[in-house]
Amino acid sequence: MTDIPLSTQTSVAGADRKGWSTIALRWLLFVMLGLFALFYLMPLFVMVTTSLKSLEEIRTGSLIALPRSVTLEAWRTAWSGACTGIQCEGLRPYFWNSVLLAVPAVLISTVLGALNGYVIAQWRFKGANIIFALMLFGCFIPFQVVLLPMARMLGILGIAGTIPGLIFVHVIYGLGFTTLFFRNYYVTIPHELVKAAKVDGAGFLRIFFAIFLPLSLPIITVSVIWQFTQIWNDFLFGVSFSSAGTQPVTVALNNIVNSTTGVKEYNVDMAAAIIAGLPTLFVYVLAGKYFIRGLTAGSVKG
Amino acid sequence: MTVWLERNLPRMVLAPSFIAVLIFVYGFIGWTAWVSLTRSKLMPRYEIDGFIQYKRLFASPRWDTAMDNLYIFGGLFICISMVLGLLLAIMLDQRIRIEGALRTIYLYPMALSMIVTGTAWKWIMNPGLGIQEMVRGWGYESFTFDWIVNPDRAIYAVVIAGIWQSSGFVMALFLAGLRSVDGEIIKAAQVDGIPTWRIYTAIIIPSMAPIFLSAFIVLAHLAIKAFDLVIALTGGGPGYATDLPATYMYAMAFSRGDLGQAASSAMVMMAVVFAIVVPYLYSELRAKPHD
Repeated sequence: MTDIPLSTQTSVAGADRKGWSTIALRWLLFVMLGLFALFYLMPLFVMVTTSLKSLEEIRTGSLIALPRSVTLEAWRTAWSGACTGIQCEGLRPYFWNSVLLAVPAVLISTVLGALNGYVIAQWRFKGANIIFALMLFGCFIPFQVVLLPMARMLGILGIAGTIPGLIFVHVIYGLGFTTLFFRNYYVTIPHELVKAAKVDGAGFLRIFFAIFLPLSLPIITVSVIWQFTQIWNDFLFGVSFSSAGTQPVTVALNNIVNSTTGVKEYNVDMAAAIIAGLPTLFVYVLAGKYFIRGLTAGSVKG
Repeated sequence: MTVWLERNLPRMVLAPSFIAVLIFVYGFIGWTAWVSLTRSKLMPRYEIDGFIQYKRLFASPRWDTAMDNLYIFGGLFICISMVLGLLLAIMLDQRIRIEGALRTIYLYPMALSMIVTGTAWKWIMNPGLGIQEMVRGWGYESFTFDWIVNPDRAIYAVVIAGIWQSSGFVMALFLAGLRSVDGEIIKAAQVDGIPTWRIYTAIIIPSMAPIFLSAFIVLAHLAIKAFDLVIALTGGGPGYATDLPATYMYAMAFSRGDLGQAASSAMVMMAVVFAIVVPYLYSELRAKPHD
């Protein structure tokens, strides 16, 4: 697990003497950075302002204009009245589906990942590395290749189109990543610790709970945030393995946007999109450091 | 008994996950490979019948479009995201006081679902009320930006949204890389009076080669798997102008009821990922033997 030294400064700049060209360059730099910030913020700004406008104002006004009169009507419709096909209950039931789906799936895959990582990093036995490699490769497969057999398997298990079925799928295909996180974290803990604990008579589980678990808070955070973002944002599994009533919020959002009944309500679409994006956005703002660590853990391994 | 249990507990803990991976990853890949060699339609059949599905696939104009789109989307998405990410990282590396805030702004799209991103950009780029109408409202009556509904341009609209979503992530990767370059070498170069841009092109960027590779792998992987973004932005349309392999596979599996085509297109996707990821994983695992 590489700790990204985002805060330590070994910057190149700063040694230059202050001249006119340096100052001009500095200004250019700020202008560029500002323009890029606008580029990244613009869609969010447009989403928020559009969601607060009335349909009438959307038709007559400009895309980036601030709302003349703020109305929360679109938000209310998006939450509890918008139509996803024939049903018009808004995002609310699907939002809770996603919560009911994400919470157990995140917890189970993180617990299993922690135990797997602990075994692979500290209790190596013959073949453990091959098992790790096989699991790691599982992170990279395009899920299309397991979609068809999984649909049949869920049918055989009797959990097709249910939330437990989706939890099952997310746990299985999240295991590779959670195992990778914990394995790379635990591998940095000295082996002597386990040896000493064994001499003192502690067993496999005792050592895990007394020594490793207390050290694991950062990596648990990384794993929980990564899994939560993945599962909340998932669309492919959701659209393939859910049925009417058990769809996660991303699928419902797509249905609302593409629902053909009645007038196209852009303000409702935007409010719905923000609602669907809020939980992961919230996690990102709250714990961005750990989010970035999760993102980079799979690619900058050390 | 307890001794036996204690000795085998590690294996027993790992076993369920290992078996699950064997079945649900490798077994399932095997199943899909098998079905891709049969004449399965709505229901899977198990009599092997050669490469008929692959022949059909490569003869299909829709698959052709999907692969062409993958090259266009993948190529532009990877290149522009990398260039933009590197540029942003270098700019942020110049001792910017509000670096933290800017980093947060550049990276937040990565936290959003592609469906959310797609919905937002679909609205922004719709010709009726989006950017086109806005610029026309400023007095440029002939301004046209209808990529999203133009079959020849729609895939580029997907590229724009994809870059918006992922370039911040590349920035974070490169920034981490820039910060991990040995500070002593940079100081020595500065003492020697080497200009800053030369320090970047001659020392820093070459030493980040592994990060370029990582970024490439991640982006290529995202491109091949791209599904939600297209569904939300264009639904694969107009017609099937923005189909990608992932949407082709999905259409065959769940709306056309053509399991043979779904399986064979999934296997081709798998082969592309395999060709990119396996050499990378192999070198990663070889370079750092976990002793």
